[in-house]
Amino acid sequence: MINYQILLASSIGVLVAAGIYLMLRARTFPVVLGLAMLGYAVNLFLFGMGRLEIGTPPIIQDGVTSYVDPLPQALVLTAIVIGFGMTAFAVTLAVKGFVISGNDHIDGEIPRTESGGDTE
Amino acid sequence: MNHFMVFTVVIPMLTAMVCLLFGRDNLAIKRGVGLAGVLATLGAALYMFGVAFDGAMVVYSMGGWQAPFGIVFVLDRLSGSMVLLTNVLALFAYLYAINGSDKGPYFHFLFLMQITGVNGAFLTGDMFNLFVFFEIMLLTAYVLAIYGSGAERVKYGTRYVFLNMIGSAIFLIAVGVLYGVTGTLNMADMAVKAAAVGSQDAMLLRSGSYLLVTVFAIKAALFPLYFWLPGTYSVAAAPVAAIFAIMTKVGVYAILRSTTLIWGADAGFVTGLVVPYLLPLALVTLALGVVGALAATRLRALIAYLIIASVGTILTGIGLYTADGISGALFYMAHSTLISAGMFLIADLVREQRGAAFGDRLDHGPAVRQPVLIGMLFFIGAIVMAGLPPVTGFIGKVLILEAAIDSSWTMWLWSVFLAASFFTLMAVSRAGTVLFWKSQGEPSEDAPDVGLRLIPIAGVFSCVLAMTIFAGPIVAFTDATAAQLLDKTQYITAVLGGAR
Repeated sequence: MINYQILLASSIGVLVAAGIYLMLRARTFPVVLGLAMLGYAVNLFLFGMGRLEIGTPPIIQDGVTSYVDPLPQALVLTAIVIGFGMTAFAVTLAVKGFVISGNDHIDGEIPRTESGGDTE
Repeated sequence: MNHFMVFTVVIPMLTAMVCLLFGRDNLAIKRGVGLAGVLATLGAALYMFGVAFDGAMVVYSMGGWQAPFGIVFVLDRLSGSMVLLTNVLALFAYLYAINGSDKGPYFHFLFLMQITGVNGAFLTGDMFNLFVFFEIMLLTAYVLAIYGSGAERVKYGTRYVFLNMIGSAIFLIAVGVLYGVTGTLNMADMAVKAAAVGSQDAMLLRSGSYLLVTVFAIKAALFPLYFWLPGTYSVAAAPVAAIFAIMTKVGVYAILRSTTLIWGADAGFVTGLVVPYLLPLALVTLALGVVGALAATRLRALIAYLIIASVGTILTGIGLYTADGISGALFYMAHSTLISAGMFLIADLVREQRGAAFGDRLDHGPAVRQPVLIGMLFFIGAIVMAGLPPVTGFIGKVLILEAAIDSSWTMWLWSVFLAASFFTLMAVSRAGTVLFWKSQGEPSEDAPDVGLRLIPIAGVFSCVLAMTIFAGPIVAFTDATAAQLLDKTQYITAVLGGAR
């Protein structure tokens, strides 16, 4: 049980960290990836907010006394669907931005002083 | 049952789907279906406003699942008047759009879905459902913001999309934390449970609440989270920018609703959580919005910055957290939503008639082809927007200034408000002078006529005029709304019944 908690908490942490790092890249593809990672982290977090239980069903069954909260699972399902749509749109927009401006910077233009290894 | 509650969400959604069926062709049919949808929604909104007017609170449980387990729609004075405001605005924006700005296959669908999302966000009494309606509203807003394409729109649209996607992630984290602590998503039930949270969970509850208000502040464009707004709004198509005028108000509404309900009086560890920060931040927003308006180089950017200033004004009233302050803020909210939408429409006329080379740039360019008509429209709009007496903006500001007399912030509030009013006037007069008086060169003969697009602008002006004439009854109504908001037990009892 404790291992499960550590696993969930650290995977949320790693996903958020990776997501934020990628979102700070200021180029559309890494930002979309970062948003997707943040989305995964948020879904896991929502799931964890229903408390962690192992081997307990969310739906009433005969002969079962202990249940897990089904609501966060429903929320995660909704959030996954919405996140999916949003990511699809963001990818389309990123491609459109690349076609129109000729580069993949968020601002639509290549910064004048390139720093941080972000050279063309 | 009170099935009328879902009409303002279901009607635009269904008509949107019908518009989708017609695909790329049949523009006339789509316009007709869309207009019928917008009018029917407005009718439903009027009926709801009538029900809520006397202070009745109507709760509608989706599928008969009782609160706090099912999703509820809650109609009170605030949500009723916000839905009415949305749909009046939608009618004007739509009337403008169907006179030539609705090219492209999916405009009607997106516009109606936008109304669906906004109406739903105002009516819902459930935190997660609020998230879902926010997403409906945002996803259509993303598409509408870049509708018609173009490098500028895609550039600002990209920022808008990414920022709001991060906002959505924060929203979910906040909802998750609040659910983890209170075990409920129903707002009324959350208010009850949050007040009873023990000290071991207090920090968690407070951080969840702060995250939530951060998300609402992004939507409302409160300092320091307003930088996405000027670019996005000022390059969007005119009817889109007009309907976006209500979008910041959704954020303001969410702040007002949660501040009075969940973080209001007697709320345990979250009593008055947001209020101390709201007033100073709102004043900074107001000041910076006006500075931005002074520095704007394009007319639509100027209006976008004045929207930020109006958000600052409204949130100042809410930040006072007295019945008078909230009442003044509500009055100003209706005024500023209508007039900023109207100004975006006027700016579009200016942009069109000056030709592509100059557009709405505040530069000595060619004159508009119908200088008297458009000049008069701009002149009236600017007076209303700057809040000169005796029109609505002035009344709203006076209400908030009066409410602030007993506050400890009086000096700051009065000086910022009065200076902001002066500089707003300066900004709009400068724009008017450059655009209409100091023009050089002949107007282009092939610029399109104002024509029927005068109707929605006249509609906005007549609403403002009506608000000026009937200011007494309207202020009585906003007073009653503020009283209803500050008495959270009324909302909680209406939703949860005697069961709590």
